[in-house]
Amino acid sequence: MEVSSKVIHAIYTDDDVLMAAVKKVRAERYHIEEIYTPFPVHGLDKAMGLAPTRLAITAFIYGCIGLAVATVMMNYIMIEDWPQNIGGKPSFSYIESMPAFVPIMFELTVFFAAHLMVITFYLRSRIWPFKEAENPDVRTTDDHFLMEISAGQNLDEQFDMLRNTGAVEVTLIDKAH
Amino acid sequence: MYTISNRLKTFSIILIVLGVLGVAYGFMTSHKSLEEVKTMLAQDGHGGGHEATTEAHVVAGDNEHADNTHDANAHDATADVEHGSHDDEHAAHVQERLAKRPWSALYVAAFFFMMIALGVLAFYAVNVAAQAGWSPLLNRVMEGITAYLLPGAIIVVAIAVGSHYIGHHNEIFIWMNPEVVADDKLIQNKSGYLNIPWFIIRAVIFIAGWVAYRHFARKFSIAQDTAEPGDNRNFKKAFRIAAAFLVFFIYTESIMSWDWIMSVDPHWFSTLFGWYVLAGMLVSGVTVIAMVTIFLKSLGHLPLVNDSHIHDLAKYMFGFSVLWTYLWFSQFMLIWYANIPEEVTYFVTRIEDYKLPFFGMLILNFLFPLLILMNSDYKRIPWFVIMCGVLILVGHYIDIFVMIMPATAGDQWFIGIPEIGSILLFGGLFLLVVFSSLAKAPLTVKNNPFLKESEHFHY
Repeated sequence: MEVSSKVIHAIYTDDDVLMAAVKKVRAERYHIEEIYTPFPVHGLDKAMGLAPTRLAITAFIYGCIGLAVATVMMNYIMIEDWPQNIGGKPSFSYIESMPAFVPIMFELTVFFAAHLMVITFYLRSRIWPFKEAENPDVRTTDDHFLMEISAGQNLDEQFDMLRNTGAVEVTLIDKAH
Repeated sequence: MYTISNRLKTFSIILIVLGVLGVAYGFMTSHKSLEEVKTMLAQDGHGGGHEATTEAHVVAGDNEHADNTHDANAHDATADVEHGSHDDEHAAHVQERLAKRPWSALYVAAFFFMMIALGVLAFYAVNVAAQAGWSPLLNRVMEGITAYLLPGAIIVVAIAVGSHYIGHHNEIFIWMNPEVVADDKLIQNKSGYLNIPWFIIRAVIFIAGWVAYRHFARKFSIAQDTAEPGDNRNFKKAFRIAAAFLVFFIYTESIMSWDWIMSVDPHWFSTLFGWYVLAGMLVSGVTVIAMVTIFLKSLGHLPLVNDSHIHDLAKYMFGFSVLWTYLWFSQFMLIWYANIPEEVTYFVTRIEDYKLPFFGMLILNFLFPLLILMNSDYKRIPWFVIMCGVLILVGHYIDIFVMIMPATAGDQWFIGIPEIGSILLFGGLFLLVVFSSLAKAPLTVKNNPFLKESEHFHY
């Protein structure tokens, strides 16, 4: 495949039109680089053929880590290091006084699962404060939808195809700038 | 239109017959004379380490007991109690527990199946009142299951009261026994509430209210089927009575749980008990809806139900399982932590005599549903949902078992012929009533304003 820095931006004003366009473009076997939308379009990921997210699986693992942290921490502090008699609670073994530890075990599980998953999301999506916005067209945060496909050999054919899908604007962009 | 197959009919009748045999066997073998009980205890005592002797030691103020030191310890500790009379008292106590076992087995199973029908009714009313868009395709399934509520609830009350009038000293509820009440100040103080006529009056009010709602909800639902397009009068009526029923239900369910379950231990009380019973009821109810739906769908009777509906039901099974566990733990942990003697005895008897069922049900009711139903894909696989449903139902049977049995059969419990017989008896009856009722109306509603949404429901 030819290495090209040129892409075509097709702008749509309706999410239904966009969905139909995505299906058509995929059927024509053009590669969609990216789609910018002002809000989540239900079913867009399926239409684009994106792989399902594995974020939930990471959250489960993080939750297990949180549970382990809580258990090991409280077992060390309350049972092994200094097993005091506090109000008659049995501190001979972890299981004996476990009901008292469950609220913390639960909260730490949720804490780890939630926060680490969010951080994972930020890392994977490359979002952080002071990050420069990668917005090709300011209108896509308001009411326009933008589909970016890599420009091929036959530009006229691509332009026609995109206009036929209902694009209101089709432009050739050189990303090298 | 679904018609109950002869195979299903025969199957449930076989279950009922087997159940009746099991229950009859339970009653025939449970009434032992004092002498027989004494011989039994003596044999067990010499065997060493049996629960019956544990109890003797507890009575004697000695709970350390691992070996066969019965004679030495018990005699010292009960120096003021004459040996013979103590043995007699103990034997009479055990005799009573043995006599109560088949009654309680019957009661636990009867309550379990009644609770499924009631849980489904509440879940149905919630969906109607919330104008849920996904559920109308399942309305007839839910209506069919609730058909068991009337016979089921009447059976529960009949067993509760019948255990007092039939036989001798085998009340499931000890407050029904005037001899017990005569020398029990605590129960005497509660006798304004806990007395048989008032118990029956309350039960009649509960059952009448629930069954009336069920009757009218079904009537309006069927009337809506033949309504002109655009005529939603029956739908609106169904909505209004569902909202009214939910208010009535939350009060009566709470009171019912005090009456029908908590009062087996009339010395004990817990404020969140009603919700705890409710959570168990809802999770078993939703589980049965899912199982019946999957069964009917596998026969091709619910062609419009898709795997998103199953997914939703499985999500409810998951969610209500966690809710149940939350309430179980809240009740247990508060009492364990404070360790107030008058409250904690409830859990002491359960942990001492029912360790395996008491903690084992946590695995069935919490751990398995949590791990099995957490994955979104698994919730769409029918056999996965059925498998998890079986675990949940077994778990919630044990839940009811552990609520009732310690107060009646005490340490003389076992899940044997009387218990399994009772499950078969009411299980067969439940299947027969539910599937006959399912056969009485088309399985898919018509003219429900949310039907289209339900048909295209997709998650």
